[in-house]
Amino acid sequence: MTTAKEAPSIIPDFGEEETDRKICFIASKGTLDMVYPSLVMANAALMEGVETHIFFTFWGMDIITKKHMEDLQFTWLGNTAMHPPGKKMHMPQGLAGLPGMTGMATKMMKKQIADLDVPEVPEFVRMIADAGGHLWACKMSVDMMGLAKEDMIDEVEDVITATDFIELSDGGQVIFT
Amino acid sequence: MPVTTIAGADVTVDEEGFMTEYDEWSEDIATELASNIGIELGETHWQVIKFLREDYKEQGETPMLRRVSNVGGVSTKELFQLFPKKPAKKMSYVAGVPKPHGCV
Repeated sequence: MTTAKEAPSIIPDFGEEETDRKICFIASKGTLDMVYPSLVMANAALMEGVETHIFFTFWGMDIITKKHMEDLQFTWLGNTAMHPPGKKMHMPQGLAGLPGMTGMATKMMKKQIADLDVPEVPEFVRMIADAGGHLWACKMSVDMMGLAKEDMIDEVEDVITATDFIELSDGGQVIFT
Repeated sequence: MPVTTIAGADVTVDEEGFMTEYDEWSEDIATELASNIGIELGETHWQVIKFLREDYKEQGETPMLRRVSNVGGVSTKELFQLFPKKPAKKMSYVAGVPKPHGCV
């Protein structure tokens, strides 16, 4: 009996035909828990070869501002979903307002993120830029906060208006975070 | 699992074409896998491939790009040049290790 091993060579489809998929994130928050969604998804999109843009606006400006990017904070004030990991209890809202609580909650969250081997914000933003992600700052926010280009990291390509963003996101998927 | 012939050797692959048996891999196979996806392997490609294989053996999982750059010593920018568009998937395909499963 002969066994014929004639299986054709299987080559994975890496989607080599040029994809015109484009994803544009709007990062509008500066609390630690709310900056990760756009960063994680932007990074994933880049790994998949998708053209990726992030437009930083309002509190999201802190993500690309040298003075603040290393020091984003987390509070559970106003977040009723906050419960200690694995526990069926909620953290009392009033407790979050006590002095030192934001610092403590921030430290805990940073540790949880680091345990997953996910980088802190400054490294993450630079990683995204290195991977070819396009970073844009919002003109209105820059004017409102009195920022100059030097206040932001070099990886930011330009300060653009809302209209510019609408133009550049033409044909892409836009995700507001 | 389908068995296919790569560089004259029988190789077990999954339905996508990724190798499933760590020990069936050889440098000749890597060269052919790379050429399947249009990559000619240079010195830095080999550095990445060897890191991926060693790290997979030690850690039991395929490293993500960040680890390849921080521990393996090849920058993210370079990785995107060496394995264009989808570096994480392409480098694991050539190195004969599973696709990485992490989010970052």
